[in-house]
Amino acid sequence: MNNNPVIIDLQNISVSFDGQTILNNINLQIHDGEFVTLLGPSGCGKTTTLRIIAGFQQPDKGNVIFEGKNIDGVPAYKRQVNTIFQRYALFPHLNVHDNIAFGLKVKKIKDKKVINKKVDEMLELVNLKGFGSRNINSLSGGQQQRVAIARALAVDPRVVLLDEPLGALDLKLRKDMQIELKNIQQKLGITFIYVTHDQEEALSMSDTVVVMNNGEIQHIGTPLDVYNEPKNAFVADFIGESNILDGVMHEDFSVEFSGMRFQCVDKGFKKDEPVDVVIRPEDIDVLPEGQGMLSGKVTSVTFKGVHYEIIVDIDGFKWMIQTTQKSEVGDTIGISIKPDEMHIMKKSEYSGLYGDYSSFSEEFDELSDPTVTEEEE
Amino acid sequence: MKQSSAVKSFINAPYLLWSVLFIIAPMIMVVYYAFTDRNGDWTLANITALGAYSQTFIRSIWYAFVATLICLVLAYPLAYIMSRSSMSKQRTIMMLVMLPMWMNFLIRTYSWITLLANTGIINTLLSKIGIGPLHMINTPGAVILGMIYNFLPYMILPIYSIMSKLDYRLVEAAQDLGCNSFGVLKRVIFPLSLPGVISGITMVFVPSVSTFYISQKLGGGKYLLVGDSIEMQFQSAYNYNLGASLSLVLMVMIIICMIIMNKFADNEEGAMII
Repeated sequence: MNNNPVIIDLQNISVSFDGQTILNNINLQIHDGEFVTLLGPSGCGKTTTLRIIAGFQQPDKGNVIFEGKNIDGVPAYKRQVNTIFQRYALFPHLNVHDNIAFGLKVKKIKDKKVINKKVDEMLELVNLKGFGSRNINSLSGGQQQRVAIARALAVDPRVVLLDEPLGALDLKLRKDMQIELKNIQQKLGITFIYVTHDQEEALSMSDTVVVMNNGEIQHIGTPLDVYNEPKNAFVADFIGESNILDGVMHEDFSVEFSGMRFQCVDKGFKKDEPVDVVIRPEDIDVLPEGQGMLSGKVTSVTFKGVHYEIIVDIDGFKWMIQTTQKSEVGDTIGISIKPDEMHIMKKSEYSGLYGDYSSFSEEFDELSDPTVTEEEE
Repeated sequence: MKQSSAVKSFINAPYLLWSVLFIIAPMIMVVYYAFTDRNGDWTLANITALGAYSQTFIRSIWYAFVATLICLVLAYPLAYIMSRSSMSKQRTIMMLVMLPMWMNFLIRTYSWITLLANTGIINTLLSKIGIGPLHMINTPGAVILGMIYNFLPYMILPIYSIMSKLDYRLVEAAQDLGCNSFGVLKRVIFPLSLPGVISGITMVFVPSVSTFYISQKLGGGKYLLVGDSIEMQFQSAYNYNLGASLSLVLMVMIIICMIIMNKFADNEEGAMII
């Protein structure tokens, strides 16, 4: 974890809109130089959180503390935070150079040399050397994105807010930009607060991931943390694929699910407490019939390139397993799970909503069934 | 392809005929009359005679300039407020702006006489509270007021149409980069609304500089404009040649103004007016 001082502290932030709660009691501390990602499905309140930090929106309740000072009511233009907007929001009446110089000119920097030097520096940082006199509309999406990054960074912000900045780019470009953004952040050592709904993006770039849903923070942790030790079924399901089973924690290091008792590494639950058990599809070992801890029938096999994705019906619960071993639909296979591959979670409001792949094969059936038309779309 | 171009020229034909008959031909006639005398002989006498009208030209341009400037000052904030209002408010304001235009131009102008006259409605009201009577009718101010009143919507509409299309995220981006409200206006909203402003200026200035009815009714005939002089040559003096030369100079002036305006806006929306 980051030991730098806290730069932004959100305290009990609540926002509602037309009687609908957008944010419900958000508490979040962001350290200087940290790369924090707000991750969640659309409508979870992540963008609203960002806009509150930027000063575009005022919370109904709660405080925004910036370096120990309450900045509620401080307008956006006085805050030392800069935003990289979802669709760039570059000024169409200015060329690349003037877009990047915009913030510097607003700061009343008169010396042209200082401005030009800074702009050139920024252009080099985002690999757009020599693009200064180009018209904004003549640039590709990726290039516009780079200009937007340069424009925000030119004014030396303490905190950069990024609102799904890569959302409009194609996959390959997005991956390249992810690496580049991370490099820029590390090079400059400034705080990045990044909003995305792409879990892979969140895991690969962040120091800290904040998983949000329904206006509430579900989990704050390192990428490893949220992946391996999700706090609840929502987090487990949203971040990667997962099988989530109903279980009972009989005692420390002993859990029962699918009608069997397993050894695990979790402790600290009440005796016989009902729990959710998360098992990631890639952590399950496939064994021949008759071996292993549980056995079931393969109902679907999909080739994914690196591995096969197979759905196995074990006592009515459909598991997803990712394995390099090939099976056929209809095969009976055995599976085995190591104790440290099981993660035990307390029951939550999300229990039972996620983590069963029975819909997976139904969907599959529907797609191959010509009588089901696309009326529902 | 050939067939479609034949169809195209067939469809275009009426418009082409229309423009030749009612635009090109009259223009040629204006030029012809301007450079000939009553007997149809070539002469420059009509042009040299314009020296006597320099006062009228200067007055026309000055009044039109003042009217345009005031229209801009009035229209810009209104267009801005309109573009930031809720949809229903926008529609209401738009209605109010358009409403007077449903009435005939002559009637609208005439009704100002009743309002501004020495014994008119305004002076009657003012005398009740012990002010006045103010001399308002038959002054340059009344003429300019008439221009503003009649042409203000032509300033509001193009500016509003540009502003309502303005991407609000650009405003947020500017605030984000340190602009206060004034900075946002100066650095983002104004430069981006410039094509609308240029259109508005052209659409107010051109009819103002060539108007004739307003000055006769609200100026009491004391402040003749180029339009009045032209009308007089055709309607009462029957000197078509002098009238044509006045028109020609006015047209040239307007074209020069529009070329200058278009220099400011190398945008298709500003250039659209020509």
